[in-house]
Amino acid sequence: MGHGFSTLFYKEVLRFWKVASQTVGAPVLTALLYLLIFSHVLAGHVQVHGVVYTAFLIPGLVMMSVLQNAFANSSSSLIQSKVTGNIVFVLLPPISYLEFYLAYVLASVVRGLVVGAGVLLATFWFAPLDFAEPWWILVFALMGGAILGSLGVIAGIWADKFDQLAAFQNFLIMPLTFLSGVFYSVHSLPPFWQQVSHWNPVFYMIDGFRHGFFGVSDTSPWLSLAVVGSCLAVLTAFTLNLLKRGYKLRN
Amino acid sequence: MSAAIRITQVSKCFGSVRALDQVDLEVQRGEFFGLLGPNGAGKTTLISALAGLVRADSGSLNVMGHDVQLDYRAARRLLGVVPQELVFDPFFTVRESLKIQSGYFGIRDNDHWIDEILENLGLTSKANANMRMLSGGMKRRVLVAQALVHRPPVIVLDEPTAGVDVELRQTLWAFIRRLNEAGHTIVLTTHYLEEAENLCNRIAMLKAGRVVALDTTAQLLRRFSTHCLRLRTDGAIPAELARGAAQNGGWWSLPFDAFDQVEPMLAKIRAAGCRIDDLEIGKPDLEEVFVRVMQGQHEGQVS
Repeated sequence: MGHGFSTLFYKEVLRFWKVASQTVGAPVLTALLYLLIFSHVLAGHVQVHGVVYTAFLIPGLVMMSVLQNAFANSSSSLIQSKVTGNIVFVLLPPISYLEFYLAYVLASVVRGLVVGAGVLLATFWFAPLDFAEPWWILVFALMGGAILGSLGVIAGIWADKFDQLAAFQNFLIMPLTFLSGVFYSVHSLPPFWQQVSHWNPVFYMIDGFRHGFFGVSDTSPWLSLAVVGSCLAVLTAFTLNLLKRGYKLRN
Repeated sequence: MSAAIRITQVSKCFGSVRALDQVDLEVQRGEFFGLLGPNGAGKTTLISALAGLVRADSGSLNVMGHDVQLDYRAARRLLGVVPQELVFDPFFTVRESLKIQSGYFGIRDNDHWIDEILENLGLTSKANANMRMLSGGMKRRVLVAQALVHRPPVIVLDEPTAGVDVELRQTLWAFIRRLNEAGHTIVLTTHYLEEAENLCNRIAMLKAGRVVALDTTAQLLRRFSTHCLRLRTDGAIPAELARGAAQNGGWWSLPFDAFDQVEPMLAKIRAAGCRIDDLEIGKPDLEEVFVRVMQGQHEGQVS
């Protein structure tokens, strides 16, 4: 990886950091509001895996924030650059499609982790949290961020207008993240919806991530790792192929 | 030594529109080359294909011997492009934009050269201003600066003076001329034909995706345009002269090739007892060449 890659990565990080109140502060506040409302309504009524509901909810909110912000970073950066035309500044230099991909995805992961850490800082004193197996926390945060960052690259390249990107976000990303066990354990669902949830890759990201905190989860973290790893591999290959062909960007 | 730019049999379609139709073009090192044509002739598509922003359907494009697809890293390092659209990244200051652009080309510690570009383009006082705060003309200067951060030997400017005031135009051309004198190859598209005439040593004209004229500026002017004696008289000029002349509201236009033909023409008019009220001599200009080439009168005379 050359200096072109590191500059693009740096530029992508600087871009969201310059407007951090909007790209970091706002999602942290949103997650905090979710926590206050849901824990107020449900704490005392619900226990999951023997964990109080508020504690159960926190890792879910952290991971949801990681995922949504990773997606938002690459997708919004690309669509803005395309609509305003300044995408030429990264298309004219000798940056390879692999460098291009990695720079956008890694910057998305960084945004996801920064927001995730912010949510954790804002919420962890509401309930006792363990960090039973911290490696899982890190692995799933990194891989989940990379997957949503890749999806963001795909959406940003595919969409020609902001409303197309909004559709991608509202009809795909939001349902996948909300219906993934952020707010509940899938074991509490009727059998049919449990089955459906097991087809949602985001479920495995959140379940594996949560396992890192409590050491218990709906499914084995190894199974989650396999599913999440496969998703990342497939999406990476797909996105690299789009970039290699110059789909939309160089036509 | 390979040409600065070599374009061989390049075609490109957008849907059913044939934007480029088997274009062949070679620009030698050190040239100041003009690429002219009406809107939609394919100038920007050709530049985009050269810069790797679009992929040609067929044919090949080389920058100093490096294929823009197969050897894109070398080709892009050797090429600086000033895009036609006034684009900028609103998140950054002028200096940040230039440092980032340098980094994309793999260049660290480029401050000295950046300062020099800023100075030459009259941007020094705006170096730390956010891009959003700049006027249109200033943004245009930054676009030029961004194309030069990696000191490309070949510089392509796509209508750099569209909507730009006189002062900037002069600053810009003085700077580009100095770069050309220092050995940089310059390719320019513009709608200001006077600029092309003054700056370019060679010109290609594009029409509907094809090169319809290609020659040195001097040759084009000689071939498609002539000197012209224009007169306003109190009566009709002799029939012998009127035959080759055009009349427009009391003005007669008499084309001629060499200046020693002027005196005999005036003598004939005097001999006919005509009084000359007003007189001027028109020089050949690129606008006339352009109009005649685009009207297709000389199609097929590509040299």
